[in-house]
Amino acid sequence: MADYLNLFTTVQASGPVHNGVALGPGNSPRTGQPGISWLLGKLGNAQIGPIYLGGLGLASLICGLIAFNIIGMNMLASVNYDPVQFVRQLFWLALEPPPPEYGLSWPPLNQGGWFLICGIFLTASVLLWWVRIYRRAIQLGLGTHVAWAFAAALWLMFVLGFFRPILMGSWGEAVPYGIFPHLDWTAALSIRYGNLFYNPFHALSIVFLYGSVLLFAMHGATILAVTRFGGEREIEQIVDRGTASERAGLFWRWTMGFNASMESIHRWAWWFAVLCPITGGIGILLTGTVVDNWYLWAIKHGVAPPYPNVFPPVIDPALSLGVKP
Amino acid sequence: MKSLIFLRRLAVYAAGLSAVLLLTACERPFQDSVQHGYRGTGMVQIYNPRMLAVKTEANQAPVALPAVSGEGPKAGVAYKNVKVLGDLSVSQFNRLMVSMTAWVSPNDGGCVYCHNPANFADDEKYTKVVARRMLQMTQAINSEWKPHVAETGVTCYTCHRGQPVPSEIWFTANHQPYGSNFMGDKAGQNEPARVVNLSSLPNDPFTPFLLGDLNIRVNGPTALPTGNRQSTKQAEWTYGLMSHMSESLGVNCTYCHNSRSFQSWENSPPQRATAWHGIRMARGLNTGYMEPLTATFPQHRKGELGDVAKINCGTCHQGAYKPLNGASMLKDYPELAAPSSKAAAQVAGN
Repeated sequence: MADYLNLFTTVQASGPVHNGVALGPGNSPRTGQPGISWLLGKLGNAQIGPIYLGGLGLASLICGLIAFNIIGMNMLASVNYDPVQFVRQLFWLALEPPPPEYGLSWPPLNQGGWFLICGIFLTASVLLWWVRIYRRAIQLGLGTHVAWAFAAALWLMFVLGFFRPILMGSWGEAVPYGIFPHLDWTAALSIRYGNLFYNPFHALSIVFLYGSVLLFAMHGATILAVTRFGGEREIEQIVDRGTASERAGLFWRWTMGFNASMESIHRWAWWFAVLCPITGGIGILLTGTVVDNWYLWAIKHGVAPPYPNVFPPVIDPALSLGVKP
Repeated sequence: MKSLIFLRRLAVYAAGLSAVLLLTACERPFQDSVQHGYRGTGMVQIYNPRMLAVKTEANQAPVALPAVSGEGPKAGVAYKNVKVLGDLSVSQFNRLMVSMTAWVSPNDGGCVYCHNPANFADDEKYTKVVARRMLQMTQAINSEWKPHVAETGVTCYTCHRGQPVPSEIWFTANHQPYGSNFMGDKAGQNEPARVVNLSSLPNDPFTPFLLGDLNIRVNGPTALPTGNRQSTKQAEWTYGLMSHMSESLGVNCTYCHNSRSFQSWENSPPQRATAWHGIRMARGLNTGYMEPLTATFPQHRKGELGDVAKINCGTCHQGAYKPLNGASMLKDYPELAAPSSKAAAQVAGN
């Protein structure tokens, strides 16, 4: 009975592979003969394929690959096309946005021009991908929840790289494409705008981020724990609540007094997930445009508590007379 | 079943290997945490006692030579071409010269590292001309930069540590993009540079801030925008300079700043004001003493762009919160405390 504590799927139901429902007019044929992979079945569904690429998917992949290559070639050029250094320094390398003095004008290729071209292709790629998953959902007769969740992530991406730089009047405010560089940029943004931790939307975003993780763990653990009573049949149990549902609900009522239902837990999860980038995007959009210094803002509005000063009084030396400037 | 066991083993090995690989970048526990501000605000200094022991050992001041009499003929009279220390007695002058040899060039020929053995008064060696200017610089630091060096002061050894060229110096970075000019510009950052603690921050924050006097402060004075046009990119340059300071002094940000608001002076530890003067001092010494020596130095002592070696926080501090852990060598060498006439008065007063 300890099987459900395993990392991997222990039960792999196998039957005839299927190609999926018939597609209406205007759809490309699905690609590839479906097959069964026992190893991948350990992690997910054992059936691999068929894949639907289609015109939108193809266009999205092409745009994405162009953006990926622009980033990669710029990184490679920055280490003088040395493949060894490219690998060694990969985490440090980046394609940087233009210097701030170019504002919203078009900079030379090597001073942010590549960055903007890359941004155009990357934006096209993710938008095409969004339309693709929206249309695939419609074609399969599904709701469009996945597309709207993806749109929430795109909102944050576009705020960071498009809306906010435009409002600030400088492409230089955009995020560099690079591993460590984008992290250092994040820290620098917080420092520049007086500590982003005092930005309430940033705080909300963190709540929803960690909240999503918590909900995911609670939900996953609950379902695994009641699988022995048939709890994995969540969808049926929404309307036909069985002992698994009852026990799961009772467990949470015992431990925290309240519980989600088989249906509502998925709404909880979906909203927590999409609210993370939505609130985060609002927080970033306000930074520098509406609020210049989040610490001072938080002090002004009583959000941040003033702490007692334990140090001897320090006066800004720049304001003192007789110091060397 | 066999393959399942194999899979499990594989997963365990993979997890173990990644854990080991990830941990190689970490310092071994345990670290000492010292509270430095109001409780619960994260105002602590984190010290690795093993690394601290190495740094403490590396920052010991040498024993001073016994003091000598200020009586007798003055060096300026007894020797030719003495321009800075002429007011010292011959014995005081020689004591300092011997000390300087031990501080700067103990393994590089002794006196002849700077002097022409046939004629000590000769200025033909560039090292002598530089040394004279450095003596003036030391006196200027000790007399004009007390807000930074206080009464502890500096001597040649503070930077040199037995080497003709101090180990921590900087040159203006040659930030041309490699290869073609078509792509691959790094914007002065994005390489694992030691000066910024291996971050991808701008790795020559010295040229704009310790040679030029560009604005280091990026925060605005008001909650809402009122015209502060500093960019996030500028904040990265400031961050680069601050990373260098943190590394050079072996301290965390919270040594000088209250990290809830880096800009706020009223919540800052007093060390921040000392550091503020230190930035001005490094800048003043680079523009007032080092740069004018550009023509004096030979090519092999210069940087890629032909610029002279320059000073940053690490030049003196070398990983210690106070150079030489705060030991004052200056008290044993009062002639370095101020330019000649004042120093002479001080020596006479002792």
